[in-house]
Amino acid sequence: MAHKNNISERLDALYEFDREPVAKSKLQKVSNFIGLYAGEHVAGTEFVIGPLFVAHGVTAPDLFLGLLVGNILAVLSWAIFTAPVAVKTRLTLYWQLKKVAGANTTIVYSIVNALAFCILAGAMIAVSSTAVGLSFNMTMPSLDDFYPNSVEWILVVFFVGLVVTALAILGFEKISHFAKICAPWMFLVFIASAVAVLPKLGCNSIGDFWRVANEKIWTGIPFEGQSKFTFWHVTFFAWFCNMSMHIGMSDMSILRYAKNWKYGFTSAFGMFLGHYIAWVASGILCAAALGDIAPGPIAYMGAGITGAITVIVTGWTTANPTLYRAGLALQVVTPNWKRWKVTLVAGLITTIAACFPGFIMKFLEFIAIQGLVMMPIGVIIITDFWILPKLGLKSYIVSYLKKDVSWAAIVTWVVSMALSLWFNMHFGVEIFFLGLPGILIALLLYVLLSAIMQKKYSRTNVVVK
Amino acid sequence: MRKFAIIISILGLLFTVVPSFFVLYGRLSWDSHALCMAIGMVLWFVSAPFWMKAKSIQ
Repeated sequence: MAHKNNISERLDALYEFDREPVAKSKLQKVSNFIGLYAGEHVAGTEFVIGPLFVAHGVTAPDLFLGLLVGNILAVLSWAIFTAPVAVKTRLTLYWQLKKVAGANTTIVYSIVNALAFCILAGAMIAVSSTAVGLSFNMTMPSLDDFYPNSVEWILVVFFVGLVVTALAILGFEKISHFAKICAPWMFLVFIASAVAVLPKLGCNSIGDFWRVANEKIWTGIPFEGQSKFTFWHVTFFAWFCNMSMHIGMSDMSILRYAKNWKYGFTSAFGMFLGHYIAWVASGILCAAALGDIAPGPIAYMGAGITGAITVIVTGWTTANPTLYRAGLALQVVTPNWKRWKVTLVAGLITTIAACFPGFIMKFLEFIAIQGLVMMPIGVIIITDFWILPKLGLKSYIVSYLKKDVSWAAIVTWVVSMALSLWFNMHFGVEIFFLGLPGILIALLLYVLLSAIMQKKYSRTNVVVK
Repeated sequence: MRKFAIIISILGLLFTVVPSFFVLYGRLSWDSHALCMAIGMVLWFVSAPFWMKAKSIQ
């Protein structure tokens, strides 16, 4: 128990600076949120996602309409679910989860989160490696590759991983600032690269675009060995690709600085610049490269040396905060380790993950799984905050009873993930669609289990009002 | 100084994006567009750090 308390105390110490609700004087202007969302969602991942839609044979109308609907639903999720809880509590996900589900649940969540962040940062290092490898004429990984396809690939990935990790250890803050400087320029590189390759596809004016989009880019025919995507795949992917941030509530750490819940709508700048225009642009690049999906070569084809540099920079600047977050979460299980040592270990796990091109070739699936794993925690927070009081049940029961774990939360988390997996394996429901039933299952389970738990405590003479 | 840096940054962004539309309409070669993008990148990175704030929300 003493050991558990130590872990809990260490975790508390890590997040000490944001233990208190945000003071009124620290609230931020709406323009800061616009800049933050626009910068965060125009990233290295956008070079991977756009081409994968082309590979999965999406048609042009399905893509444009699906992205419109999916991104609107994502913005509404930020505005309706995340922002209201964030501005009412003014706490991070970490402290809110601790109040709702106890310290031990929060520790398990942190470790799972760390591993997911390592794989995500690994995918970004792999993205940068495809650009670095250009100068060595390296054989790029193809869509079917899961394992490393050459010794050169492993060497380049280790070199990039080493540099990214070393820079993250030396100056996380400076790289974060550099990432902000890159954002507006990077967005225009996406547009310029795509526009410049349109003539290669037979498009010589803006008026030609829709015809070429249908005939040459989003043709509706998947690449060999790839499944066919429809309007629904695009819609659900666009909605749920950041599920850990909105319905999963991790963006409480940002939106708690908002003056009111309507600031959640500023996520639209990230969605429509990054998850609409940048995905369309990288899809065009993929089609012009005759189906090549390695980010380095396609960006070079669109913008020359600037394109290659953009891919290196986007991969690096996206991997940097991800590596930092992974290190922070890993620090929970590494007693007394210095910050640099934890980042080094996170960097090593990340670099090993990056050696497997499968993580970028199956990036859509990985992102969907990450969302599914993190989503139940957000649903638990939302239900505990809004729904339990309306049903006459008590919020924050774990804090009230001074418990370290909420079995209602743990069972909800595990069972909703297991049922989602069962839907996938037994009924063949594709992973992109599992988020919606998963949300409903988590909500109903948590309400039911909370009612049982609170009834049990009432019977055992613990007053629950 | 700040105003001058902002002007250089805007020029950098224009050099990055405008030439691609000339390529689309066949008025500029791809090589010239790539060169303009490289110039735009240099202009942006030498000027933007002077006026973009380092302060973050968190």
